[in-house]
Amino acid sequence: MNIDWFPLLLSLRVAALSTALVLCFGTALAYLLSHKEFRGKNLLDSAITLPLVLPPTVLGYYLLVLAGRASPFGKAYEAVFGQPLVFTWQAAVVAAFLHSAPIYIKAARTVLEGVDYHYEWAARSLGASEWRTFWRITLPLARRGLIALGTLSFARSLGDFGVTIMVAGNIPGRTQTLSVAIYDAVESGNGNLARIFVVTISITALALLWSSNYWSRSARPSSAA
Amino acid sequence: MGIDARIVKRLPATGETAAFELNIHLQADVDITVLFGSSGSGKTLTLNCLAGFVRPDKGRIVVNEELYFDAETNVNRSPQHRRCGYIFQDHALFPHMSIRDNLLFAAPRNDCRVSELLEAFDLMSLAARKPAQLSGGQKQRAALARIMVSEPRLLLLDEPTRGLDVQLRENFYQLLKQMRERLQIPIILVTHQVDECLQLGDSVCFMDHGRILQTGSQDAVLAKPASVEVARSFGIYNILPAEIVTLDSRGSASLLRVAGQEILGPPLPGHLPGNRGFLCIRESDVTVAAQGEMNRLTLAIVGSSVSSHGIRVQCDHHFFITVSQAQWEQLRGSVHVEVILPSSAIHFIG
Repeated sequence: MNIDWFPLLLSLRVAALSTALVLCFGTALAYLLSHKEFRGKNLLDSAITLPLVLPPTVLGYYLLVLAGRASPFGKAYEAVFGQPLVFTWQAAVVAAFLHSAPIYIKAARTVLEGVDYHYEWAARSLGASEWRTFWRITLPLARRGLIALGTLSFARSLGDFGVTIMVAGNIPGRTQTLSVAIYDAVESGNGNLARIFVVTISITALALLWSSNYWSRSARPSSAA
Repeated sequence: MGIDARIVKRLPATGETAAFELNIHLQADVDITVLFGSSGSGKTLTLNCLAGFVRPDKGRIVVNEELYFDAETNVNRSPQHRRCGYIFQDHALFPHMSIRDNLLFAAPRNDCRVSELLEAFDLMSLAARKPAQLSGGQKQRAALARIMVSEPRLLLLDEPTRGLDVQLRENFYQLLKQMRERLQIPIILVTHQVDECLQLGDSVCFMDHGRILQTGSQDAVLAKPASVEVARSFGIYNILPAEIVTLDSRGSASLLRVAGQEILGPPLPGHLPGNRGFLCIRESDVTVAAQGEMNRLTLAIVGSSVSSHGIRVQCDHHFFITVSQAQWEQLRGSVHVEVILPSSAIHFIG
């Protein structure tokens, strides 16, 4: 049986890019929520949580409206990159980001709040700027917890289906991720292929969850020190 | 040079703590000022306001003639620009860095200075170790060395000897005295240990419930505690209810009734016969009466315990006296003890 592994490779690429975006923007937002007081903080927190409770179809609809070819963002994207965002593999990255970022930000906020503020105060009293304090003190002390969450985020990105199929579609060889390919295989009666993909994604997710747990366990002594 | 800080800070009630208000006027010179008081009196909050970690609601903080905070003109210098050396209760050495890197963090481009201080604080052989690999005393030295690298203008110490044994505490006291001589900056030390207050404090500032109840030189505060609360908190006084019987017409002495007996007291200007208050005398100023000595008080012996200075005898009225082993041998079996209260050592709190 000749298997096309493109869906797996695309899913890994999408998950890797989505996780990179989550680590950058998610950590920044989590730091903002955990360390700063500002007007609208609760609203921002609620807005970040919203994708966790909305149905994937609703999220997908929002994305289609916000990033569609007729929208200002869609037009700007097309002008810069020379192609529309929707129904491309890049749209799958956005979908995976939306699927994994909320849970990462909520948990990362707790991890960052768990860093003993005395270390940050000590750094500031020694003359370190806010950025240097974050980069040299807060981030290294929260590193293991954030890596564990990043791994979890990667695993979650691998599994997105609903938003991906709405904004990236199901174009074999272009936008068909592993979870979409499984749906496609089942729909077309290709049980063998579906089973192989199901086992593959299950083993990958299990390995990622195991490593996330490993980093979480390792995080405890460093945050308690 | 010194500190002049008026600080008002209100903390609202939370699920776990009651509402709290800090309202103080703290003045300190270039010496060691001890903020003394029980837990929850606002000592650490005062340090945090001085360091810039907590913004006061009202007030003005001037350190060494530099304005750190002024609520009226909205001046609030950031902690980075206040140059306060802060020693935390847990030292706050960065756990993921070696001791050398901890020092280098404070002075990134001054490797020579870091090496000098590692040498001066006897830390050179430990420079590559992480804080978790150091003992309590070594951590304390490392924290002080890190502060020194940053060349602070003000030193803030929050119960720095908590959890350390007697020897390490003594070593720290010596180190801090040396730093006082070398740095010539104001040093504020928060503690609720009387020994530490007596050993280090040039000035004492007694705090309770967010207020300063008494401030002054250590000698002045210890000689004349302003209230029974202050005296009780130091834990070194015998405090007995007393009534003024008569006052010398020339104002040179007084006669007090204490525990149903009359003894001579100090001059009490501003008081009248019949005024009630408390007699306060340091335990170390009380001695067992010998033949012919005046100003005796007879008390019933309630119990005894061994202390580092001898035998501590507990009498009725919660009165304590420390005697030598030989004196205790003579007292053993007695129901009463006669003690001398030198009138010059008596302080009347009206």
